[in-house]
Amino acid sequence: MAEVLVLVDHTDGQVKKTTAELLTIAREIGTPSAVFVGSNVDAARPRLAQFGAEKVYVVDNPDVTGYLVAPLAEALATIAEQAQPAAILLPTTAHYKEAAGRLAIKLNSGVITDATGVEVADGAVNVLKQAFAASYTTRSKVTQGTPIITVKPNVTAPTAAQASATPVPVEVTVSDAAKGAKITETKPKEKSGRPELTEAAIVVSGGRGTSGDFSPVEALADTLGAAVGASRAAVDAGWYPHSNQVGQTGKQVSPQLYVAAGISGAIQHRAGMQTSKTIVAINKDEEAPIFELVDFGVVGDLFQVLPQATEAIKSAKNG
Amino acid sequence: MNIVVCVKYVPDAQSDRTFSDDKTTDRAGVDGLLSELDEYAVEEALKLVEAGEGEVTVVTIGPDEAAEAVKKALQMGADKGVHISDDAIHGSDAVATSLLLAEAIKKIGQPDLILTGMGSTDGLMNIVPTMVAERLGLPAVTLVSSLEVNGSTVTGRRDGDTASETIEASLPALVSVTDQTNEPRYPSFKGIMAAKKKPVETWSLGDLGVDAGQVGLNNAWVQVESFEARPPREQGQVVTDEGDGGTKLAEFLSTHKFV
Repeated sequence: MAEVLVLVDHTDGQVKKTTAELLTIAREIGTPSAVFVGSNVDAARPRLAQFGAEKVYVVDNPDVTGYLVAPLAEALATIAEQAQPAAILLPTTAHYKEAAGRLAIKLNSGVITDATGVEVADGAVNVLKQAFAASYTTRSKVTQGTPIITVKPNVTAPTAAQASATPVPVEVTVSDAAKGAKITETKPKEKSGRPELTEAAIVVSGGRGTSGDFSPVEALADTLGAAVGASRAAVDAGWYPHSNQVGQTGKQVSPQLYVAAGISGAIQHRAGMQTSKTIVAINKDEEAPIFELVDFGVVGDLFQVLPQATEAIKSAKNG
Repeated sequence: MNIVVCVKYVPDAQSDRTFSDDKTTDRAGVDGLLSELDEYAVEEALKLVEAGEGEVTVVTIGPDEAAEAVKKALQMGADKGVHISDDAIHGSDAVATSLLLAEAIKKIGQPDLILTGMGSTDGLMNIVPTMVAERLGLPAVTLVSSLEVNGSTVTGRRDGDTASETIEASLPALVSVTDQTNEPRYPSFKGIMAAKKKPVETWSLGDLGVDAGQVGLNNAWVQVESFEARPPREQGQVVTDEGDGGTKLAEFLSTHKFV
């Protein structure tokens, strides 16, 4: 069976859950080969082996990590030319989507981003994705070259299938042209200690109705072990960081539970959350369009409702 | 400094967007407009040129109506426009779109800076800007929330999930900006009147030297096989808070095993 390349998403060798998901999908298409860029591959190998990576291509070259995506695309192109894979899967993040775009030009291949499902039938790889603020689902396929697909988090439940994860070091010479955009400074953000927004099982978001006070939103989120999101109105007002924005121009999330507090539910916001499994909203305005989407809604003041819910959940847990 | 801004005419996100029979985005049945995300790129270009010198050229690809996107950018203050229009382009994918834009930028004459939005509000793949840079062999400084040009260096700040990064590149370069970058201006009355006299060229595939076999629906490297409307969500229970709204919410979460 042909190889399927899976770009590993990791922090210093700590492999993210999305990589296990991608390896699981890759096994449907062919034999998964992980592509590990960075150092500390030994920390990553057990997890890559557990989810079925037969090989791990290792690119440990500072020229690939100190720049934007151009060197990464060159590295992936080098590996693809060597491996002749049946498909190349990448996580859906802004960074990896751009790498996928550059790779498509280099490999003369079609590219599909933001997949919400990958189906394999008779050797053909069909990709599901959302269109027009998630009001449509499309099924499409790559008809030229090697299918390059970026897959969103949580589209499949990872299943284990032990393999060897044999390391294959790859020498990559990064061209000068690819070093054109250099990262000159990185200021790490303070960690919130909460789950990552796009991967979280539960997301609690606040909007205009918070009037800038996110403390009841954060308190409920922490009680539920949830990530915190924000509407564009809240972000534009400077109440919450842009990296937490849920919506068309922010993050698209698809958690098991989405709680919208003080968010009216404009199309911009719905585009980022309406594929959530269960939706709950709290809003003062009973006419707010968000209520059209909910499984459960409370017409009321979030400053009353959220703390009461938080306390009730806490005492239920302690009881 | 000469700047080219790539803009797109898109179906209004507030309207009921759908697909045509050929499974391409329906651009005829709904009102269109300049993609909101491109306004930030136009605004940034205008600010840079106003602070120094040079001119701003906007380029778009699309059917006749797409000229409206160019017009809006000219009304905001851009100097001239290029509209790439050819029946053979209909249904092009991101790969072909990037080819057309790259060829158009070459024909306009290598600018110092190419500015784009973070994505189009219809496709939202967010990959065409880097693909254009890849084709032109230019550095791409993408998704920045602020940028500065000093001499022949462009510096951008990207506000990422885990870190804030400063990114630097030499000109010529491509830069994509987010919706956090600036506050796009509204066209003034004077701007609207002035736009009527600004030059707009319409180029066909032939003008760009691009073969019809490289673009269009039948030559797209990604084919949409089918589309399906998401079934409307059934509205669940909505209660009005009478002092126990939070308790009821907690009960719902507990019943559905979220606690």
